[in-house]
Amino acid sequence: MSRDTSYEAVMARRPEIMRKALGLDYKQFERGGLAFDYEAMMKATGYTINRIMDIQHKSKVGNTPLFELKNITRLVRKTAAKGKGARIFVKDEAANASGSFKARRSSISIHEAARQGYAGVVAATSGNYGAAVVSQAGMHGLKTIIVQEIFDSRMVGQPEIVEKARVCEALGAEVLMLTVGPELFYVMLSVLEETGYFNASLYTPFGIAGIETLGYEVVKQCQEQFGREPDAVLITHAGGGNVTGTARGVRKAGAKKTRIIGASVDLSGLHMASDRDFNRKSFTTGHTGFGIPFATWPDRSDVPRSAARPLRYMEEYYTITQGEVFYTTEMLAACEGLERGPAGNTSLTAAIDIARHMDQDQIVVVQETEYTGAGKHPTAQLTFAKQNQVQVRRGDPKENKPGEAIVIPEHLSQIRAVEVPMDKLRKSYLKNIIKELNGREPSAAEWDYLAEELNTDVQKVKELLKTVNE
Amino acid sequence: MKTNQEPVKAGHWVELTRVVLPAAKRAPNLPAETKKTDLVLKVRGFLLEDAALGAEAKVRTLAERELTGILTDAEPRFPHDFGNPVPELLQIGRELRAEVRDILQQEREANK
Repeated sequence: MSRDTSYEAVMARRPEIMRKALGLDYKQFERGGLAFDYEAMMKATGYTINRIMDIQHKSKVGNTPLFELKNITRLVRKTAAKGKGARIFVKDEAANASGSFKARRSSISIHEAARQGYAGVVAATSGNYGAAVVSQAGMHGLKTIIVQEIFDSRMVGQPEIVEKARVCEALGAEVLMLTVGPELFYVMLSVLEETGYFNASLYTPFGIAGIETLGYEVVKQCQEQFGREPDAVLITHAGGGNVTGTARGVRKAGAKKTRIIGASVDLSGLHMASDRDFNRKSFTTGHTGFGIPFATWPDRSDVPRSAARPLRYMEEYYTITQGEVFYTTEMLAACEGLERGPAGNTSLTAAIDIARHMDQDQIVVVQETEYTGAGKHPTAQLTFAKQNQVQVRRGDPKENKPGEAIVIPEHLSQIRAVEVPMDKLRKSYLKNIIKELNGREPSAAEWDYLAEELNTDVQKVKELLKTVNE
Repeated sequence: MKTNQEPVKAGHWVELTRVVLPAAKRAPNLPAETKKTDLVLKVRGFLLEDAALGAEAKVRTLAERELTGILTDAEPRFPHDFGNPVPELLQIGRELRAEVRDILQQEREANK
């Protein structure tokens, strides 16, 4: 009767707890060693994109407007070379139930949990996903428990996450509010074991399939309004689901040439499990602290095989700074009349510099916004930064230093998207693979798998592997 | 923690605090500054029996679970807000709107 609830014991029971909580047998997709059949896993959801759109429509998700940001485009053109400055559009995902694109991600998961007869759902998330899960679960009459990392050891809450605790509670969840540490996952496993609820993980094929409609809608809306596909779609990148799902949807809609571009806020130097660094960041998602580890080792997530595999789709990746995103958030409000949350404007910030170098007749789509409110607002975040000894000033964003100085641009012309070469990410991925291989040579099937994972060919994988330790 | 001496009555919406993992029993590989702290949980719910602040208590949560912990707050607030006016942000809208006005003016003149 008395189960061992120590950290080690619960973590050791992880496979068994997960099997019961996921409603999907992941073993069937394994292909030996490193390899697994990703497309078979995605197909195993059993939902077509039309069916997903139907489910989402009935649960107040999707069909969000695509708005042209004419004044921002005008301002960008003033800082561009002659003939340059693509038209910038934004998909107003704040219009989804729960206020962000995460409603797409939760809708199919929760639909599936209800279909399989679970009494409740659990999600470990400090982000917008929590509200998305609770919002959808409530519609299906399911109970919800959200596990959040919210405080440092002084019990000071990150305002953006405090807001997410509030909204989860407002929508009807039990919210387990924790201090900093990766044992969030241990708490989630304990709760799953105790309740027998569904694990509404961010990383299941149901979650990612739900995001495909976002990319699909972007392409269809562009085709309807302009008779063609967008030239680039900009996607805020953190855990990898946004990039993966959107890109899959873009391709499913038939857009073959649309550039898939990821963007994250640069938080380099801040440790994600550090009690000290926790409250020295103003962005709790959409940043490199998740973006790089999750791209280069997707199976670090809370499922046996993550359906979020951004290196399969991302063609370019850029970072921007916290100060630049705050500037852009102010710009969106002041010039376009859209007051939206800062984290959701990460890819919009990168779009300014990307569009600046594209032709005027080209189309750039920023694929999300998020709701704003107390805590998740530039004034709230910058007040908090100052209280935590982070310097806030205007100047050249190049002087930005995560955790120490937030430098807000003096002018739009200073916004720069800094490219992270894709091969650098691919090499980091391979570095993790080398550890996994532990000295052995990959099989033919594994070489093919690695080529798929890195969106390249076997020859290139072999070349990259040779240079990993250089 | 509030210092009200009266016990909190059953049925009130309260907050409990509990140490989930003491520092010594936390996960390996934590940064040093995290490793020396306890993993602490706070959870809110309806108090099931009268209890004094600082005493062990039991709640029913919004997921209808019964959980125990130390009663640390009654009618807990969410303390977040919009913060103070931020001088570094206040000028941005003015600057950009002035630029947009100029551009629109030039466009209108060009279209005359």
